[in-house]
Amino acid sequence: MNTDLVLEIVAGLCLVLGALMSLAAAIGLLRFPDLLSRMHAATKPQVFGLLLLLIGLALQLRSWAAVPVLIIAWLFQLLTVPVSAHMVGRAGYRTKHLHRETLSVDDLDAVVQKAAAEEAERRKADAAEEAALAADPELAAELAAEGDAGKKPAGKPKGVLRTKEPKETAAKASAKRRRES
Amino acid sequence: MTRSRIPLLVEVPLLVWLVILWGALWQDFSAGNLIFGLLIALAVVNIFYLPPVELAGRLNLWAAAVFVAAFLLNVAKASFEVFWIALTRGPRTKNGVLAVKLRSHSDLLVTATGHTISLIPGSLVVDVDRSTSTLYLHVLDIPDPDKADRFREQVRRIEAGLIRAIGSKEEVAMVKAEAANRRNGGTS
Repeated sequence: MNTDLVLEIVAGLCLVLGALMSLAAAIGLLRFPDLLSRMHAATKPQVFGLLLLLIGLALQLRSWAAVPVLIIAWLFQLLTVPVSAHMVGRAGYRTKHLHRETLSVDDLDAVVQKAAAEEAERRKADAAEEAALAADPELAAELAAEGDAGKKPAGKPKGVLRTKEPKETAAKASAKRRRES
Repeated sequence: MTRSRIPLLVEVPLLVWLVILWGALWQDFSAGNLIFGLLIALAVVNIFYLPPVELAGRLNLWAAAVFVAAFLLNVAKASFEVFWIALTRGPRTKNGVLAVKLRSHSDLLVTATGHTISLIPGSLVVDVDRSTSTLYLHVLDIPDPDKADRFREQVRRIEAGLIRAIGSKEEVAMVKAEAANRRNGGTS
């Protein structure tokens, strides 16, 4: 048996297996119950399937110039798939597009509850402060005279619900200080 | 607010990558093409200004090779696993959202670990807490807490592999101390 035939057969096998992996992703999309588990089906078998297809392609083309392009195609897939899965998963979790009954453990739930409670607490404190100001015009005038420096910095909820990076807020605070001086 | 200049040395890995990318896309690695690619890379790096990726400044090629090999093997395994779960379990799959605290606080390592575990064992990064470098992962097929613990262990192992390849010296020392600890604990 000559090498050409062997390569040809291996390439064919790779292509068929790769296509099978895409089929696996499709079956997963149909069979899994909710968004988050469907994202699994959309990421893993598909990445491996693409790898097999690209290997099959490399074996079929047998040109060294094509290999870097194929590698880069796969690398970009590796880099982008987890990011898109993360974005969809994160948005799905936050908008509660998930079936709780499919989860046996949820470590994030407690964190989210805690952050939400802190946020509610802060809102209540802010509202109380405002009410106090409305009831006492003298205090309000005093605070207004003090300017920004007298304003209580609003506490950001800790943990995963924080939308701004600490660096960003620090930069803003320093910019504010510069403006004031 | 002016951003501080990034020293050229920090940009070198990025420049090398961009030149290789240029050559690969043209399928032409001749000197002329690469020099032109370098000029374009320099322009791109200077015009489209991004915060630099902070590498720890060490790279263990052997550990990196081990990691890549394990990664390829596991991508294949994970794909078949997801296929199998989809076929047999389907709508009755029990999943979990697990918090895993990583050792490293480097952005690059946390990102790399997040990427790897999205592809390898059957998980999806739902959220990241950067201040404590905790990953919140949605994991397929977690029917009981026992399996959850095993999964957490697996994530930490993947991180250890990455640290051995590109982590800083302190992190490597941490991983080594941990491994020694475990060995002692196993024998006693």
